[in-house]
Amino acid sequence: MTDKIELFERMALIRQCELQLNEAFAKNLFPGYIHSYLGQEACAVGMCAPLSNEDKIVSTHRGRGHYLAKGMALEPMVAEMFGKETGICGGRAGEMHAADPDLGILGGNGIVGAGLPIAAGAAYSAQLDGTGAVTVAFFGEGASNNGSFGETMNVAAAWKLPLVLVCENNLYAEMTPFSDTVGEKDVAKRAVGYGMQGEVVDGNDVLAVREAAERAVERARKGGGPTLLELKTYRWGGHFEGDPRKYRTRDEEKEWQERCPLRRFREKLIESGEAKEAELDAIEEQMKADVAKAIEMALAADTPAPETAHDHVYVPGEVA
Amino acid sequence: MAPKNYCWALIDAIREEMERDDDVVLIGEDVGAAGGAFGASRGLLDAFGPMRVRDTPISEEIIVGLGVGAAMTGKRPIVEIMFMDFFGLCLDQICNQAAKMHYMYNGAFKMPLVIRTSTAVEMGIGPHHSQLLESWVGHVPGLKVVMPSTPRDAKGLMKAAIRDDNPVVFIEHLALHRNKEDIDEGELLVPLGKADVKRKGRDVTVVATGLMVARALDAAETLAKDGIETEVIDPRTISPLDIDTIVASVEKTNRALVVTSSMKQFGFGSEVSAEIMERAFFHLDAPVQRLTPPFTPAPFGKHFDEYLNPNAGSIADAVRAMLK
Repeated sequence: MTDKIELFERMALIRQCELQLNEAFAKNLFPGYIHSYLGQEACAVGMCAPLSNEDKIVSTHRGRGHYLAKGMALEPMVAEMFGKETGICGGRAGEMHAADPDLGILGGNGIVGAGLPIAAGAAYSAQLDGTGAVTVAFFGEGASNNGSFGETMNVAAAWKLPLVLVCENNLYAEMTPFSDTVGEKDVAKRAVGYGMQGEVVDGNDVLAVREAAERAVERARKGGGPTLLELKTYRWGGHFEGDPRKYRTRDEEKEWQERCPLRRFREKLIESGEAKEAELDAIEEQMKADVAKAIEMALAADTPAPETAHDHVYVPGEVA
Repeated sequence: MAPKNYCWALIDAIREEMERDDDVVLIGEDVGAAGGAFGASRGLLDAFGPMRVRDTPISEEIIVGLGVGAAMTGKRPIVEIMFMDFFGLCLDQICNQAAKMHYMYNGAFKMPLVIRTSTAVEMGIGPHHSQLLESWVGHVPGLKVVMPSTPRDAKGLMKAAIRDDNPVVFIEHLALHRNKEDIDEGELLVPLGKADVKRKGRDVTVVATGLMVARALDAAETLAKDGIETEVIDPRTISPLDIDTIVASVEKTNRALVVTSSMKQFGFGSEVSAEIMERAFFHLDAPVQRLTPPFTPAPFGKHFDEYLNPNAGSIADAVRAMLK
């Protein structure tokens, strides 16, 4: 994904997906909680830009942006969110999880921080095979205060794993301001203590994220070891949709929405003459229609038969 | 046939599987250069090198997580958590990640992961190094839990666990590590999920695990002198439990005693007892009994062992009481 228009399209897709899922939730059409990725689109799209299908990502409970940025098909992904049998995981993984091994998407996670050690395992696997494949571990600033973060940072640095640790710092760990929980607000500074490179990046600037991603991925591919990237961004919604967001002001939200990653990128593309307004409008309209269709299909699809709850508890088969 | 101790039987199993399949790797604290905290991976670093036999920091969560991520990407890792008492530090990776990955993603990922761990019951090392917690993991769908009591079973079950596509918690009894048995050279696979009738008898069924199997056999020997014929069953696999073999035995003997080194409360013995009750109640001539250590932590020092733990004498006494 090197073409800037493609980056814009992917961000617009995520934006539309998040907006329209929120609408479905507001209409009581959604069967669970929504952990919205609104406002963080540049993080996922910029980070996944230099990755191939051989490269892996490990996501979080707020993973739709990552899935779409890594190329997961829209319709089965949306169906998965609705728990339908047409979903990419048959509807049994749901809103906090989706995976596609063929695309190197190793899943979301309902446990904050739990994806980090798993990402290290995938990176170790690539290191053993000597394929040059890189693993990107997405996590939030909340997870940076989990023990799994420290264990993963240390092992990644000690073993020079081909791993990029991507902290999307959206300022709120669930409903608690990150600043209330730490003595140092830059997560990236922790890299030094573990013996790896760390970098703070404007997470609302997709080109800045892509540049940082290219540097980190290149380093990992060449055996130079892991990098910690901290993408400063903002979660437009609450921890989940319906969260009353009493922990912050509406003014603060407005201020961050002024730094909308999609609008900033649109303005940049138009100013530089790389795109015309009408062209970008058309892309957004197309994404809007694609998402609307995906949601319509998901709503019309069946939920899995309850008896399928017994499927896949164990991999069947005798050992020989 | 060559006499092998339990520890070397396990090393042989891992070496054979690592020779057979390049995807098998061993990850854990002290597994490489030190040859294992209990000497249970001696020679493997020299044979397979530091990439496949990886020493880790003391970081239990990532030890298991490395295994989960590697298993999702084509490897067949064995991860070692030195003592089962340390499971509290990595239960999320075991119970939420490894156990559910295949299920949650609709079968998209297999999880060929062995979580090798040990229990040091009756070794006097104190409350943080002396628990048998098989019930913690036996409670979780998606996990298999294995606990061999003999060198032969240790080898055969380890090889089968490594080849299994599911996460297997493999519990070794450190107190059994020096026990010896003649083992056939060459391929030896003991199927997971299959109990072993260690002694045939018609009067009473004793289900015993781990350290308790040999004691149940000793008790059976004593009881035989009084004309009491004891059938001794070692489930070998805690989950999935081979309840059919146990029930078939109870239908014949009409009495059952379960002996474990783990707690009676909410434990494995309770599970076996309840299964017998549900499936063979009308065959029972006496209530199913459980014989376990009391509901206390294990204090430091071996001088407590005799008081706390079942032995051949107390097993024989319990059987006699059931036959009164």
